Amino acid sequence: MLSYFLRRLLMAIPVMFFVAVFVFLLLRLTPGDPAQAIAGDQASLAQLEAIRESLGLNEPLSVQFVTWIGQMLQGDFGRSLISDRPVLEMIGQRLGPTLALALVAMAMTLLIALPMGVLAAWRHGGMTDRLVMAVSVIGFSVPIFVIGYVLIGVFAVHLRWFPVQGYKALADGIGPFAHRIFLPGLALASIYIALISRMTRASMLEVLREDYVRTARAKGLPEGLVLFRHALRNAAIPILTVVGTGFAMMISGVVVTETVFNIPGLGRLVVDAVLARDYPLIQAIILLTAGTYVLINLAIDLSYALTDPRIRYQ
Amino acid sequence: MTASQPGQPVLSVRDLKVSTMGRRPAEILKGISFDIAPGETLCLVGESGSGKSVTSLVTMDLLPRGELQVTGGTAALNGEDIVSASPARTKALRGAEMAMIFQEPMTALNPVLTIGLQMDEIYRAHTKMRGPDRRSAALAAFDSVSLPDPARIYDSYPHQLSGGQRQRVMIAMALALKPKLLIADEPTTALDVTTQKQILQLIRKLQEEQNTAVLFITHDMGVVVDIADRVCVMRHGEVVETGTTGEVLSQPREQYTRDLLAAVPSLTPRRARAQERHEHVLELLEVEKVFEFRSFLSKLLRRPGHRVRAVKDVSFRLDRGRTLGIVGESGSGKSTVARCVLRLEDPTSGAILVNGHDIAPLEGQTALAPARRAVQMIFQDPNRSLNPRLTAGDSLIEGALNAGEPRAEALARAGELLEVVGLPRDALTRYPHQFSGGQRQRIAIARALMMSPDVIVADEAVSALDVSVQAQVLDLLAEVQARRNLAILFITHDLRVAAQICDDVMVMQRGEVVEFGPAGQVLSDPQHDYTRALLEAAPGRDWDFAKGRRITEPA
Repeated sequence: MLSYFLRRLLMAIPVMFFVAVFVFLLLRLTPGDPAQAIAGDQASLAQLEAIRESLGLNEPLSVQFVTWIGQMLQGDFGRSLISDRPVLEMIGQRLGPTLALALVAMAMTLLIALPMGVLAAWRHGGMTDRLVMAVSVIGFSVPIFVIGYVLIGVFAVHLRWFPVQGYKALADGIGPFAHRIFLPGLALASIYIALISRMTRASMLEVLREDYVRTARAKGLPEGLVLFRHALRNAAIPILTVVGTGFAMMISGVVVTETVFNIPGLGRLVVDAVLARDYPLIQAIILLTAGTYVLINLAIDLSYALTDPRIRYQ
Repeated sequence: MTASQPGQPVLSVRDLKVSTMGRRPAEILKGISFDIAPGETLCLVGESGSGKSVTSLVTMDLLPRGELQVTGGTAALNGEDIVSASPARTKALRGAEMAMIFQEPMTALNPVLTIGLQMDEIYRAHTKMRGPDRRSAALAAFDSVSLPDPARIYDSYPHQLSGGQRQRVMIAMALALKPKLLIADEPTTALDVTTQKQILQLIRKLQEEQNTAVLFITHDMGVVVDIADRVCVMRHGEVVETGTTGEVLSQPREQYTRDLLAAVPSLTPRRARAQERHEHVLELLEVEKVFEFRSFLSKLLRRPGHRVRAVKDVSFRLDRGRTLGIVGESGSGKSTVARCVLRLEDPTSGAILVNGHDIAPLEGQTALAPARRAVQMIFQDPNRSLNPRLTAGDSLIEGALNAGEPRAEALARAGELLEVVGLPRDALTRYPHQFSGGQRQRIAIARALMMSPDVIVADEAVSALDVSVQAQVLDLLAEVQARRNLAILFITHDLRVAAQICDDVMVMQRGEVVEFGPAGQVLSDPQHDYTRALLEAAPGRDWDFAKGRRITEPA
């Protein structure tokens, strides 16, 4: 188990290194003079020189890279070109809402999609199965912003159960937090519910044919145990893979939901940074996103080992 | 409720009918009837598709939903009809009053749950026992099936146990609540003969202790001899003959039963064939194969890995027109030898001479091409060794096309070869699923012959087939061998098959050759203890199927 974990952890290092190289070159390979690109068209020669000096652009590329990596390892990701605030601080402020939204959406996904998929597989070919499949087609085909506005229209404007927009941190109390995050969470979850319920159904259909499921039934176990303990755990690996990649996609794909529900999250920071060509901010966000992907992959690998004992000993 | 009156059968099946569901229902069971008394073992024998397993699934109320349904008749457990009982009632009976052991111990246990948990579930589902009591009951049950170190087994996962141990766990689970009826569906088919013998003895012993009625399903007549009190012979969903084991085996009334018995290969070796010329086509000299497993951590720390010597110092010669059998249990290294001969595996040391050329040191497809043509293989399971998306024709000509033969020419030859193996020429355009298991193995033989090989390596080539089909395929192999003067390397765990087709036999145990000689000598006068143990474990070895009587003096 330890060897398995160490191996996975070590494999993350080269991945992060290549991402760092890529991000570093991204700025340096921008067409024309990066200082010019940063400073804009109206900059004076002195301003350009000052920017070159501050970014170390006059040094050889390798020296620049080492300095840059060194700074980042010390937690210095630079300052925003627009607001002149430390990049890390800006991201930190926005990370909370996005992470909260993604986690809530993923929790909703699992709570809804897993039972849906298991039921559909259990009643394979029946009405329940067809209903689940129909719901998942809707989840796939309707864009998030449409689902978002429909949810707002029905539950916020018409029924007045939830507020139309806005965000409250968990620190402000669980009630206000849950009240505001429910609709955006559901909107963001819709496509993942569709994806994961289908994945669960397909994987369960395979597993329900296995001999050990028959053995479990032959022991006279209640059907719930047969499905959720014996079958679902064995069906888990492909599901976990999709959950993991889905979660990673969610973090970078929250822009629409954040915009629709007016949530001050990372997604909108990215949009602002890209539009303003705020390179240090973009760099930090790419690195952070890549780091999250790597961590999530590590978590998926670990979850494999936890669900399937045979993987632990490889 | 389930109190049994004296003299009442534990299981009484009457006129049971089962059909497939769907637009064109086919009848799988056509009204079968039988009884099993307490303490009695009834064997259901028959070939694949005869309906034996479906009978057991009806009894357990485990028919696959939406695929099969009972259309008539009753199956009464202690007088209570299972067919008309509610699902809740049959669930309460399953595991408690009636229990089942399945064929594949490798897949019948859940791989992600500990053995202890899987055992514990039975007590939780059917009794009100408390945690510590359940655990001690489980440990006692493991002990009663002679599992070593029950506490360790309790905390293990299935993949940490051997096949025999897993089947013992299955038996412990099935008998945990002392059921009145035990259904065993081919429980030893996937096991080695020596393990099979132990498991059969164990079932016998526990059955006597608990006076359990056993419904034993098998296709192996040898196992019938060893375990059955009474026999039901099934064919196409009907019981064709039923009676005590002695009656059915000595004086079979039905032609089908007689054919089934006649197809069982005898353990007495056939007479060795005369050999005119000695022409070695295959020669192995001190071949060794070492597998090394190193974890990532050990590689990093440059620690030596875990080494397994799968094959140690194996040497033999195979002449044109002769058959050499390699026998042994799983893990003995016999398949590794075969894979080395085909260079699917690289031998660690030693020489492999094909037509006098050493192929062991050769690298790359071009260098190996002549040997690849000269040595062809037939695999065990024809259901999986033929690509389901290729027609028989495309499967056959693949090798020839690879060797540069024009397609039309190759197809013409493939058609001829299909006729040689007893299939119509138009079989070329059909897909594997349109053939039966025996026909598929014929295609596999034709595929091997396509390359005009000198040697055919047959790895358990008839193990997956019914006895009657097995006999036909073995006859075909012998005929092809005689006509083409082929050398055959025949790998099998079945001593009966080895006795019937091999000229020489090599017995392997844990990677080593323990005995090697003419089949007549090795199988009738074994010198090594392991060979003797293998022969003694062969099921039904004291029954002469040809004469229909017990062999008084073991051969």
